[in-house]
Amino acid sequence: MISDYAWLIPALPAVSAVLTLLFGKKMKGKGAEFGITALGLAFILAVLVAVEVFSANVQAVADLEEYHATHGAEDDHGDEAGHADEAEEAHADEVSLSSLDGIMVAAVGIENLNLAAEGGDAIEIPEGISSFLNEDSLSLGSLGADFEIEAGQRIDGLAAMMFLLVTFVSLMVHIYSTGYMKGEPRYTYYFTLLSLFTMSMLIMVIANNMLQLLVGWELVGVCSFLLIGFYWEGRSNQHAAQKAFLTTKFGDVGLMVGVVSLWAQFGTFNIGHMIDMATHGEQAGGAELSTGMLTFGLISLFIGAIGKSAQFPLQTWLPDAMAGPTPVSALIHAATMVTAGIFMVARIYPVYQLSPAALSVIAVIGAITLFSMGFLALVQDDIKRVLAYSTVSQLGYMVAALAFSYTAGIFHLFTHGFFKALLFLGSGSVIHAVHSNNMEDMGGLRKYMPVTFWTWIVGTLALAAVFPLSGFWSKDEVLAGAFTQMGYTGNLVWILGGLGGFVTAFYMARATTMTFFGTYRGKIDETHPAPHESPGSMKYPLILLSVLAALIGFINLPFDQFHPTGFAAWTMFSLEYFEGHPAHFYFSLAGGSTIAALLGLGLGYLMYREYKRPAEDPFNNLGLVTTVLQRKYFLDDLYSGLIMTTIRDRISPAVYWINDNVIDRVVYLAGTSTRAVGRGLYKTVDQKGIDGLVNGAGMGANWTGGLVKFAQSGNVQFYAGAMFIGVFVFAVLFAAAA
Amino acid sequence: MFWSDWAITLTLFTPLLGAIAIALIPSKNEESAKPVALVVSIIGFALSLGILAGYDFGAAGLQYEVNVPWIDAVGARYHIGIDGISLPLFVLSYLLTFLCSVYAYHHIEDPGKPKAFLALMLLLQTGMAGTFISFDLILFFIFWELVLVPMYFMIGVWGGPRREYAAVKFFLYTLFGSVFMLVAFLALRFTGNTFDIVVLSELGQSGAFSETFQRLAFLGIFLGFAIKVPMWPFHTWLPDAHTEAPTVGSVLLAGILLKMGTYGFVRIAIPILPEGAIDFAPIIAVLSVIAIIYGALCCLAQTDLKRLIAFSSVGHMGFVMLGIATLTPVGINAAIFGMIAHGVITGMLFFVVGSMKERYHTRDIAEIGGGVLQTMPKMAAVFTFVSIASLGLPGLAGFPGEFGALLSAFQPAAALEAGGLLTFYRVLMVLAAFGTVLTAGYFLYMLQRINMGSAPKRWLDAGLADISVIEWGTWLPLLAMTLLLGVLPFLVWGITTPDVNAIMSFFTGA
Repeated sequence: MISDYAWLIPALPAVSAVLTLLFGKKMKGKGAEFGITALGLAFILAVLVAVEVFSANVQAVADLEEYHATHGAEDDHGDEAGHADEAEEAHADEVSLSSLDGIMVAAVGIENLNLAAEGGDAIEIPEGISSFLNEDSLSLGSLGADFEIEAGQRIDGLAAMMFLLVTFVSLMVHIYSTGYMKGEPRYTYYFTLLSLFTMSMLIMVIANNMLQLLVGWELVGVCSFLLIGFYWEGRSNQHAAQKAFLTTKFGDVGLMVGVVSLWAQFGTFNIGHMIDMATHGEQAGGAELSTGMLTFGLISLFIGAIGKSAQFPLQTWLPDAMAGPTPVSALIHAATMVTAGIFMVARIYPVYQLSPAALSVIAVIGAITLFSMGFLALVQDDIKRVLAYSTVSQLGYMVAALAFSYTAGIFHLFTHGFFKALLFLGSGSVIHAVHSNNMEDMGGLRKYMPVTFWTWIVGTLALAAVFPLSGFWSKDEVLAGAFTQMGYTGNLVWILGGLGGFVTAFYMARATTMTFFGTYRGKIDETHPAPHESPGSMKYPLILLSVLAALIGFINLPFDQFHPTGFAAWTMFSLEYFEGHPAHFYFSLAGGSTIAALLGLGLGYLMYREYKRPAEDPFNNLGLVTTVLQRKYFLDDLYSGLIMTTIRDRISPAVYWINDNVIDRVVYLAGTSTRAVGRGLYKTVDQKGIDGLVNGAGMGANWTGGLVKFAQSGNVQFYAGAMFIGVFVFAVLFAAAA
Repeated sequence: MFWSDWAITLTLFTPLLGAIAIALIPSKNEESAKPVALVVSIIGFALSLGILAGYDFGAAGLQYEVNVPWIDAVGARYHIGIDGISLPLFVLSYLLTFLCSVYAYHHIEDPGKPKAFLALMLLLQTGMAGTFISFDLILFFIFWELVLVPMYFMIGVWGGPRREYAAVKFFLYTLFGSVFMLVAFLALRFTGNTFDIVVLSELGQSGAFSETFQRLAFLGIFLGFAIKVPMWPFHTWLPDAHTEAPTVGSVLLAGILLKMGTYGFVRIAIPILPEGAIDFAPIIAVLSVIAIIYGALCCLAQTDLKRLIAFSSVGHMGFVMLGIATLTPVGINAAIFGMIAHGVITGMLFFVVGSMKERYHTRDIAEIGGGVLQTMPKMAAVFTFVSIASLGLPGLAGFPGEFGALLSAFQPAAALEAGGLLTFYRVLMVLAAFGTVLTAGYFLYMLQRINMGSAPKRWLDAGLADISVIEWGTWLPLLAMTLLLGVLPFLVWGITTPDVNAIMSFFTGA
């Protein structure tokens, strides 16, 4: 099986990172060739793995349908001797599955089974038919039975999908960077970090246990820190890098507590074992599952996701992360790393399903994020920041989706990865041409850079969820999932999500119009040549990505006949958790959100057609509203301005003052007062004959020249004498105790 | 068997003999002390590796054991041996001394005098190594005190501007604690009728000591070890000693000396006085978490680079002590790992900072003014790598110990849980986890101020030399270990687990 070699996918960029670091500077392409080769191979491998996994999953669904079509009736009668064993086994399965009461167990989409099982009835899944799973690990040792460290792989639909996304976008970014970063003095260092980042992300994706996931997660954070601070001369870049690391690290406290808490509950880090135990209502030692404890662990984990996936209220670092080189923004801060939180929740999705409370928290956080963060894009003049806020908002959609549907969450993750990478690389192409991030310096670029323009338009329409581009299908799936669920959180998500669609379309139209329409606002003279289209190394990744951004949605059409063979089947968690979507397409919902998107696009274009200066921007003239948006709901002021500076500039100096003036002063006073007492003793008692005693105590230290000098000042003798008294008291205490 | 009887003794006294040999070198040949010290430390390190090679990793209990009468008058015996808890620290002490004697070729602080300096360093080595292999309380105590003298002179003679104050404070503070420890040792002698650690541990775990006695004795031992670790609030000698000490002194102080205290808890206090340990554990846990947060806050406030690294030890040793305070095998294993990792990483940090100070002639962060990435890119890269390791990045050596401590704090020993302390420990665990954010904060803030930004013109013009060949030679083993231990923590845990399980059987009921 090709998936036995899936571990090569993270290993390849690891090798290229080392090679680039050691030999990069001596190479003709300054080391970029290592990364590109490694990622090219990794991508090919990812495709092969995906073919294997996806086709096996489709086959499993087909087998299950077949089984129920042929065996259903027989089982009911129970009179077929030849199938008795099988029926018994199946019955055993049914028993174990029926303990899943209350979980939304799956298979609702297998149309001809007619076994819609929402709300508790599990369908029978016979032994021998299962979704694809290739789990393997290398034990690195264990401290007792519980604490085992493994380096492992868990290859299933989710991992295969993430491999495809990460290796493909990373490959595009590698190629694109050879053009974008040309002439950069730290070129080789840059490519080392790109490979290192890709490796870290893939270590996380491939993980079969929570510890490895945590390792990859944190490594990704460090790479992000180093890349945001890539231009480390500038102060604001330094701050951005620090902010990113510390904010996500703050969330990681949650992750760490969550991982430990789940370990304490299940006695394992292994994801598969954990899911098995949880879904069977067990925890470590065979005890019954404590849902309170489980919810605590799951919400803690999700706090990690809030940090990493830039959810409210820890999203503030992501827009600042745009200080890094633009291809990095595409790779890390849009398409891959920021999806780590969503991936993590999806990774243990069956466990999350056991805790409605945790899912509600996820829904609410996602809804707040997706709705509130889009507005911030309206007051941005920096083209990358517009995209950054749109990323935050789209991550909100993914998170919110996970509260209702596994497939919807990861499908939006998948399509977003392509169209957002496209948009970021497009913005990089623009920035490359006009040497500015500020949209004030752009305008009319569609004439100068047609390829960038048209690919950008594809990305914009996909992001705005216009039929039939990829974003339309994935976002509709999110809304439909919430709409089906209804309830308090469901309504919250689909209503806010629908309205958010209008905002998304509007700010994208604003940015597009300001950048590509109207007339060029930059200078064109002898020293400032007219903007020009980017070189092929940048153009072709844009074209490839735009094709995918346009078409990738068709792999998961929301109609019943496609589900057993489409994305939902490819990436299903397992057959037990296979989500079908009978009638999960609402023309009203899809139509409504399409109208909202078109309205937003049209309105945005009309309002910014005549745009000249930021001062004329209507959103800069809304008084209090503008202030609130420009100050990003004051969260930055709270974190950086208040909490961080208070700790750094007030609390820590105060603690240090206490250290020097209280704690150390006690030590000092103890020393000096002992010396004073000693002096007194020396003058009175010692001179009158106990000389020998004190000298004796000091004698141990008295044997070398240097110390003699010190001893002559009297200190050692006096301290030793005082100590002698202390020890005497202590000895008396012992005597009393005995 | 000659080797199994004499291995430790030979290894132990090789540095001492070397020190004597160096002392006998005529003063006019000062420089020849360096090759002698190098050869001696290589022999010592090779012997320690020989012990490692012949060690049976699967077995619990003492190996290479020697137990012969020594001072009959008081019943002290020359009882030495090595087990999985001692072995990593023992070997690490030889490795660091070896690296320090290489580094001495690069730089010895004023007033130079390699002869005296290296003789003291080798003497220190015998003291450090002796502490880890003694299984007799008097023998232990002698090695423990032996360490003080060379370190006192290293700080007092080769140290920075406030060297005398720092040296005296270091000496007396530690001595103060160890005197209480000695009384507790004597009390153990008169109650248990022996100084033998192995015998006393058996007695202690079979309930031979009353609870009041255990509490008092634990208190005495606690004072001695807690000052050495140092635990909050007994830590104030450490920043002074570290800041003023010469580079080699700081490396050995951080790398090995601090571990004598934590080792003492694992080797002596907990096995001999288990009931006392249960009573004291929550107190130790609280002090540890205070140390983690308090140490990080103090680091944030530092303007002196070396003092910052010194304070970072307070927090890191907090994690080690937190692991110990859980009284679980995982916690103790994590603690030993933390000791080794801290020895490697913080030792390395002191090397880097020492080399920077040597080039900049200042430790003041503002005066260095940033831009080391510009002036010395390799130095800056190494500094970044080690700092990131120190802040506990998974995949590097700082993580397993820290994570293990947090993990065990979430699920402390059954005896503590039975005492209704589960929630208490879990709250502490969350607070300690927040400490990791502060730790990351001060390291990044430090890196920002030192590495990033544009270097002041005076430093650009100063022609600062990047890492020298000797420095690479000294550092590469530590850098490699930082990565290796992070990826394969069982390089240490594989050695420690059997013995940790054995000494913790009282608490696990196994």
